[in-house]
Amino acid sequence: MKALCWYGKHDVRVETVPDPVILNSHDCIVKITRTAICGSDLHLYDGYIPTMEQGDILGHEFMGEIVEVGPEVKQRKVGDRVVVPFTIACGNCFYCKQQLWSLCDNSNPNAAIAEALYGYSGSALFGYSHIYGGYAGGQAQYVRVPFADVGPLKIESDLPDDKVLFLSDIFPTGYMAAENCDIKDGDVVCVWGCGPVGQFAIRSAKMLGAGKVIAIDRIPERLKLAQEGGAEIVNYEHAPDLIETLKELTGGRGPDACIDAVGMESHGHGIDWYSDRAKQMLGVSFDRPFALRQCIQSCRKGGVVSIPGVYGGFLDNFPFGAAFGKGLTFRMGQTHMMRYMKKLLDHVERGEIDPSVIITHRLPLQNAPDGYSTFLKKQDNCIKVVLDPWGEGGNA
Amino acid sequence: MNLKHSRSSGERTLNGRLKSIQPWAAIVGGGALAAYGLSRKSVGGAALAAVGTFGAIAGARRGTLPATAIHVQKTFTIDRPPQELYNYWHNFENLPHFMRHLKSVTTHGRYSHWTANGPMGVPVEWDAELLDEKPGEYLVWRSLPGSGISNRGSVEFRPASNGSGTEVTVALTYRNPGGKLGAAMAKLFGREPEQTVREDLRRFKALMEAGEIPTVIGQPEGRRSKMVAAMHAAKEPEATQRVRKGPRKETTPAGFQPKYTGTQFGGAR
Repeated sequence: MKALCWYGKHDVRVETVPDPVILNSHDCIVKITRTAICGSDLHLYDGYIPTMEQGDILGHEFMGEIVEVGPEVKQRKVGDRVVVPFTIACGNCFYCKQQLWSLCDNSNPNAAIAEALYGYSGSALFGYSHIYGGYAGGQAQYVRVPFADVGPLKIESDLPDDKVLFLSDIFPTGYMAAENCDIKDGDVVCVWGCGPVGQFAIRSAKMLGAGKVIAIDRIPERLKLAQEGGAEIVNYEHAPDLIETLKELTGGRGPDACIDAVGMESHGHGIDWYSDRAKQMLGVSFDRPFALRQCIQSCRKGGVVSIPGVYGGFLDNFPFGAAFGKGLTFRMGQTHMMRYMKKLLDHVERGEIDPSVIITHRLPLQNAPDGYSTFLKKQDNCIKVVLDPWGEGGNA
Repeated sequence: MNLKHSRSSGERTLNGRLKSIQPWAAIVGGGALAAYGLSRKSVGGAALAAVGTFGAIAGARRGTLPATAIHVQKTFTIDRPPQELYNYWHNFENLPHFMRHLKSVTTHGRYSHWTANGPMGVPVEWDAELLDEKPGEYLVWRSLPGSGISNRGSVEFRPASNGSGTEVTVALTYRNPGGKLGAAMAKLFGREPEQTVREDLRRFKALMEAGEIPTVIGQPEGRRSKMVAAMHAAKEPEATQRVRKGPRKETTPAGFQPKYTGTQFGGAR
């Protein structure tokens, strides 16, 4: 089959690799009909996530049709059309039983590596480095999916792939980010980053009763999409003192909750940002927490900082005094996918939200390397790249 | 060598009931280093294994390094009832399903014959007996005197304090043969037994909770660099279908005799 493989910083290639096979009794094999490039894939593309190996197959947002099931699979059947969550969960451990699916104890074969770094290991993820299990990802024609009865969500309706594909990650991720804000009617929620997760966080915060959502970015087309989603927008490049701007926009109180939908590769300006970036380039720091610092600084007293953006290592110049002094609550982590997928599918089926509005680029898998480059550089108004694994490639 | 999990430190951290079985687990049988050390698939391991028995005797006689024990203890919480976990472990024939160094275990009542995957594919074998047991609570076993591979083990099952599942503590003790060989082995395997026991227990947990052990071995991948390809080739092969087996067989063939009756290394118990 064809699959997109990682070979190093800014080096991904479509290769011909063996087809996946059933390795464990609860596995299934999915023939992928649609897959996407996630903003968090750019952290891999930029080489900031440790424990990647040359030849790793990327991709954790995908859907398709089940073509084979293992002997212990009871509910999912060959022929089922499914969206597969990016987290892998066993369904039977303490954490899965508490609906903390992304903290599953039993899906990461490399849990020992994660334990060495983090104390304990979270669940495995598809196509997201060996510390998260080293599972082959879904930017491919086929994928092996463990625990077929636990993760994959069956799509019974005839909604097109583009409308349900994002239930695999970014829609539930944006939704959990908003849910983590404990929104009360009329609350002001501020969202840093108007990429795909930010867009879903904005729309989810509205659904959950936020009175006002303020969206921060610097890219005009992303801000425009945020505005269409119901947000007031701030282009931080035109707001020299963002904290003061937000104070003015919130009656002097500050936002009730702040969402960092940017993560470890934050862009910004000023001396902090250059210092972060220099450290990251020198390899002395994985993470560039510029947006997170602003979240903490601008959040109102007793507010919530919700972090769907990915962080991998240690943070420098982290304003913990501000967090302590204002009694902030922090909520974060990989998304507990299975808690949200069915519920959000219902929203899509009722026509209350159309996730496909964020798609700007549709490419055949063959052209995925171009897709990564365009997405990274945010060229051509790129917000979301969707790939067709079976489409005919151009002259890439 | 890592001796921080020695008998004394173990006793400090354990509750009373475990302490009561600790003497069994910690009594040192003497003899060659455990199969854990011997089963490492490395050239060094193979060389050491090849001279293992001879070296152990010679080392002990020369007394160039005092013979010492390696004691390893690990605890995991498993979200299943104690009795269920006990029942699975009680059938030692199930152990190779999650103890990767073991090839097979055959039980004959209280006695059992263990075969480990030795270095370079050479199997290492020994006999063991069940010393003590309390249904749903603990099991204690040891290799028979003269097995050549001297080890003792215990596993204890305690209901977790949060009412969800079982705290499982495994304690294993191996005899380092001492001498120059012993020193080399300690250097090579000083940290290895800890990791091995921890990963065995992690696999046991996955098998009991999820019904399978997570793996990515055998999945597709793009072209690997030479270094990564070599690392992967060095990984032990893994059974791909691991499912729970039935309850323990209680048959004891008449006239069962342990196979190994060779040189003894102070097997007093």
